[in-house]
Amino acid sequence: MSKEDKLYEIWVYLQAEPLFWITLTLGAYLLGDYLYKKSKLNPLVNPVAISILIVSSILLIMDVSYDRYFNGAKFIHFMLGPATVALAIPIYEKKNLILREIKPIIFSIFLGIPFAILITFYLATFFKLDQEIILTMIPRNVTAPIAMGIAELIGGIPSLTAIITIITGIIGASLGTFALNIFKIKDMNARGFGFGLASHGIGTARAMSKNKTAGVFAALAMGLSGIATSIFILILIKFIY
Amino acid sequence: MLKSLFIIFLFQLAGEAIQKFFEISIPGPVIGLILLLLFFIFFLKSTSFKKIKKKISETSHQIINYLSLLFVPIGVGVVMHVNYLGDNLFKILAVITIGTLLTLVFTAFVMEKIINLQKKNVKRR
Repeated sequence: MSKEDKLYEIWVYLQAEPLFWITLTLGAYLLGDYLYKKSKLNPLVNPVAISILIVSSILLIMDVSYDRYFNGAKFIHFMLGPATVALAIPIYEKKNLILREIKPIIFSIFLGIPFAILITFYLATFFKLDQEIILTMIPRNVTAPIAMGIAELIGGIPSLTAIITIITGIIGASLGTFALNIFKIKDMNARGFGFGLASHGIGTARAMSKNKTAGVFAALAMGLSGIATSIFILILIKFIY
Repeated sequence: MLKSLFIIFLFQLAGEAIQKFFEISIPGPVIGLILLLLFFIFFLKSTSFKKIKKKISETSHQIINYLSLLFVPIGVGVVMHVNYLGDNLFKILAVITIGTLLTLVFTAFVMEKIINLQKKNVKRR
């Protein structure tokens, strides 16, 4: 057997193993995170976006299916649930600050969520998207499992909602800082809250990495908006249609 | 580490069970978050729980530090399936970009305004 054949055989063996894809994901993330820190936390050098690009290019070049990749990566994906539960702790630790700002929090939820829903509806209508796509997009600002549940309820396509939700997170995390700076919004709590409400977990991860208090407000906004959006959408949808 | 992981998993499990049982649209982990928060506020008040609280807190912060990493597997799925968006891809991207940034700025703006109002009122008293 030639050397090339042997190498090919090893590759065929390894790429069938979960370990290979877990290691690749960790490596890509470490590189992304290194570049993010090297860039002094520049939001455009978003570690999630970089690692996604590295991994998906490798999958496309090597012609590996997503199912095969996910068979390994699911072990990383699994921790998303426990990590969500763990967000209770930073919220608990900042409970006094949250109670002090309870009025602004409630107001921002009651104004921010309808704004998020209506802006998606009007923009999508403006761009002449079909009703089914509009319904698919409407719940995009909340964490993917909630968004998918809502999409199913109102007649959207849940799997597309998942894709649109993740893109929303990445856009918010990588461009949000610039938008906030243009409008000169300086308050860290308010900035964090905006990130969590507009771009759920990925926005929260960005806020956490930049400022712990902003991260807590983001986590809080993410949780509250998940609950509030499910209620608001059902009410607003009756008004829209 | 193991003890606190066990507790976090246990709360997620409870959240998932409640979600299935009552068929609510809020995902299990978010219910788990609420339960763990309530547990900390109402049941771990006494100082005798200081040690376990500290342990759970350390583990939680360690997991949250890598929150970004946990989105990579689904993110790769998005890139691999982006063609599902079909001809609408660019319109959808435009709606997402404009909509997300406007929502973010609007929410942060509202909150900052109210926080500042609150501060002024406190000063006046």
